[in-house]
Amino acid sequence: MTISSLPPGLILVFGAFLLPIVGPFLRPLLVLALPLLTIWQVWHMPEGASPAFTLMGYEIITVNVDALGRLFALIFSLMAFAGGLFALNQKRILELSAAFTYAGSAVGVAFAGDLITLFVFWEIMALGSTIVLLSADTPQATKAAMRYFMVHMFGGALMLTGIFLYVFDTGGVVLTEMKPDTVGTALILAGILVNAAAPPLSAWLADAYPEASWSGTVFLSAFTTKAAVYVLIRTFPGTELLIYVGVFMIFYGITMALLENDMRRILAYSIVNQVGFMVTGIGIGTEMALNGAAAHAFAHIIYKALLLMSAGSVLYMTGKRKCTDLGGLFQSMPLTTLCGTIGALAISAFPWTSGFVSKSMINQAAANEHLALLWFCLMAASAGVFLHAGIKFPWFVFFQKDSGLRPKDPPWNMRFAMILFSAFCIGLGVWPEHLYALLPFAVDYEPYTDAHLLNALQLLLFAGLAFFLMLPMMKRTLTISLDTDWFYRRLATAIIDRIGTFIGNTDKAIRERTMSGLNSILDYVWQHHGPEGSMARTWTTGNMVLLVTIFLCVYLVFSFI
Amino acid sequence: MIAAHLPALQIAIPLIAAPICLLLRRESLAWAWATFISWVVFALAWMMLEKTLTGGAFNYELGGWEAPWGIEYQVDAVNAFILLIVAAIGAIVMPYARASVNREIPEHKRGLFYTAYLLCLTGLLGITITGDAFNVFVFLEVSSLSSYALIAMGRDPKALTAAFQYLIMGTIGATFILIGIGLMYQMTGTLNMADLAKRLPAVEDSRPVLAAFAFFIVGVCLKLALFPLHLWLPNAYAYAPSVVTAFLAATATKVSVYVLYRFVFTIFGQSFSFDVIPLESILLVLSLAGIFAASTVAIFQTNVKRLLAYSSVAQIGYIMLGVALVTVAGLTASILHIFNHAIMKGALFLCMGAVYYQIGSVKIEDMNGIGKKMPFTMFAFVIAGLGLIGVPLTVGFISKWYLITAVLERGWWPVAVLILLSSLLAVIYIWRVVEAAYFKSGDDEVVVEEAPLSMLIPIYVLTGASVYFGIETSLPVETAAEAARQLLGIGG
Repeated sequence: MTISSLPPGLILVFGAFLLPIVGPFLRPLLVLALPLLTIWQVWHMPEGASPAFTLMGYEIITVNVDALGRLFALIFSLMAFAGGLFALNQKRILELSAAFTYAGSAVGVAFAGDLITLFVFWEIMALGSTIVLLSADTPQATKAAMRYFMVHMFGGALMLTGIFLYVFDTGGVVLTEMKPDTVGTALILAGILVNAAAPPLSAWLADAYPEASWSGTVFLSAFTTKAAVYVLIRTFPGTELLIYVGVFMIFYGITMALLENDMRRILAYSIVNQVGFMVTGIGIGTEMALNGAAAHAFAHIIYKALLLMSAGSVLYMTGKRKCTDLGGLFQSMPLTTLCGTIGALAISAFPWTSGFVSKSMINQAAANEHLALLWFCLMAASAGVFLHAGIKFPWFVFFQKDSGLRPKDPPWNMRFAMILFSAFCIGLGVWPEHLYALLPFAVDYEPYTDAHLLNALQLLLFAGLAFFLMLPMMKRTLTISLDTDWFYRRLATAIIDRIGTFIGNTDKAIRERTMSGLNSILDYVWQHHGPEGSMARTWTTGNMVLLVTIFLCVYLVFSFI
Repeated sequence: MIAAHLPALQIAIPLIAAPICLLLRRESLAWAWATFISWVVFALAWMMLEKTLTGGAFNYELGGWEAPWGIEYQVDAVNAFILLIVAAIGAIVMPYARASVNREIPEHKRGLFYTAYLLCLTGLLGITITGDAFNVFVFLEVSSLSSYALIAMGRDPKALTAAFQYLIMGTIGATFILIGIGLMYQMTGTLNMADLAKRLPAVEDSRPVLAAFAFFIVGVCLKLALFPLHLWLPNAYAYAPSVVTAFLAATATKVSVYVLYRFVFTIFGQSFSFDVIPLESILLVLSLAGIFAASTVAIFQTNVKRLLAYSSVAQIGYIMLGVALVTVAGLTASILHIFNHAIMKGALFLCMGAVYYQIGSVKIEDMNGIGKKMPFTMFAFVIAGLGLIGVPLTVGFISKWYLITAVLERGWWPVAVLILLSSLLAVIYIWRVVEAAYFKSGDDEVVVEEAPLSMLIPIYVLTGASVYFGIETSLPVETAAEAARQLLGIGG
């Protein structure tokens, strides 16, 4: 055990336990210092594996540093810093502690050199994120947290069983590339995909994240799915199945986001959509595609956190979260509007933003492999992203009709956090070479060619045009005004509406069925195992004896037949 | 001289020490005496384990009466290991006991307390060491009667009813075992275990032997608290004095599991036991049901001792699951978990004893903010709790690892997934305590001090062991594997 085998993520994990102990004066300092220290440590970790110790004959490599791991560890710790800054006035210290544990174990995942270390950090992440959710302290959040926990524990169990089998088959625990052709590796893949919000369990993400507090959602958006993306790049690059999974996630996310009214749930669906792009890139599996997936994860964490910070600021200042209740906030929250818009442009892959330099690599990789159909899908999806996240979110929250609300911009620390990430969004877009230098493979790609720019602007402009043309339909929850042309407008709307409603209802039905199933399990458990349940009650001696007698009879019957 | 009579001394010393303890009267003397004896017993157990591991199994004929007429003690890797666990827990708990007993038990009963403890220790060791079936029953009664008395000394009035229920259920269990032994004696004319094993196959299809087996299994499952015959356990553990809970939770049910091993594998034999009734499926279903039902109940408990008691029922499930596999790997996992669980549960109950010592309650709501006030105790609780969950670098992980490997070796996939899912229930119930202790603020007006060193040191010995044996696994794993091979009659 040497210093270099101590995972840098532990700074955050253990530091998190100091937060409730230190006083309110020292706490903000610690909140900012811990992630900075982690960033410094991540940056200075020497490359290579440092075996820590042997456990039951397996070498445990707590830290294995390479470019890919460092990239993710860097963005995770950077996210912890910005998230910490944003959340400084969060009254519930538990949430910050949990978020730091969560972030620290994500950094741990990024450097894990073997499956056991990976799994340990993986589970701490699940635990930490559940507590982040729980600390929102509303009845909905508590219920959502329990459902979230059950889904992740199920994923964890799949993964651990897979790891056991894999170790059984191969005799090694080293984290390395695998093929999903044995039961063990298939289970590992399934476990990772649960965390990536892949179908059929995509619903957990949008179910849980919007229920967290205004600061909790910012943390939640960053780590779980992206850690899954990282592990997928590490273990299953070039698995064809992932292309289909990814494309499904892309369109699922867009469709659901377009139908949604809760501003943070729109952004949550958009996480599924964005992770879909990354998963598709991993499925393509070429160096450029993997570079693209990694770069996109990096860029995505920043702009999605930025978007959720702006949404969080709105929630913090107004207490409202439905698009129909909001609007016109640009007049009194200019900075939040500006930062939210920058985030929206970045997620739409507008040129000179971070989304453009990362996502176009995945598109280019699809083109290079002559996957024409996939390329068209990705292009169509890019337009869809612009529709739901790029325009719909800022339009309905900050512009649109005037809701009459006149909240101020949020406190300084929240503004600073948003400015910091806005700067990153533009900086990475204007000087992409700094991001490219961090990528796992050498980059031979120039984002700013005339063809790329033309293509992107064309796409975005037409998508933008489409949005405003279809605005009546986008305002799903508002009344549509009748006009002389009501006949064809009604008809066209009705058809599109019907399709939308059908998809929406189907998904809602499935989601509600699953979630209410989980809820009824919880209720059942409470009924029988709760303090007054039959399992927990103190039985009378007579009943106990009766039970013993019945058991004896059963055994005797078994013996004699 | 001592070496030759080790097995006899192992039992005779605590047995004779018990009445002497009663005569000592003064509380401090009684405690010192009981502690001294516990350490002697521990040393003897250690010497015996060394002897069996190097020289193999050996017999000792009490009073020179030749077996099968006389009573014989038989020591092999299986029971030497269990003896060591019981003796070690006794030796670790005793230094802790003084402060705790002085706080929880009225002065005039303290001498009796140590006497009962020594008798209980004698009984548990006796059950484990003896090679005579009837002798098992005798020692079972010695240990049970003394433990009823120990539990009834709890401060809470509910301790009395809990002890009474345990008495009824324990007596039924012991009686069933006795009926089983009696029927076997009727059919074979012998009580010596080795002799029984030889003679039973000739009469194994007869109804009395079948009935004997059924009575025995139900009786012993009651004693070892296999779900759903565990109902006596939660209250008994919750309301007993802290020291008693820690000692019994780590040893009493484990010794009963040993009795099950011995009868099922050595006396009746593996082929008879698992053919006559579908014992494999019964044990599998009951252990899994126990793991899930008890862990889930534990989640909703408000009394942490009761919570840990339910967790013990769940852990018994893991131990019995290993038996249900009927393979060397499965039994290894089972025996290993006996050792590992004794360490973790011992540590957890000792922590709760320290909390009770300082605040007079082990209710979760009374423990708000206690992490700041008793940092050392609660830190140990967290570490031992991590073990219970099965986090790597703790003994709990080693247990789970071997159990799951054994389950996969049999190809029982879904069971492996279930085991892993069930550990997550442990995450929840341990978390509830951690949440209260560290993240809820208690009443700052009330001054609570850290537990005294005499309590902290035993706590940290066990907590340290739960980490040490989670990394350096060779002693428990190799001994358990050797014991499993001997039970199944494979290899040396």
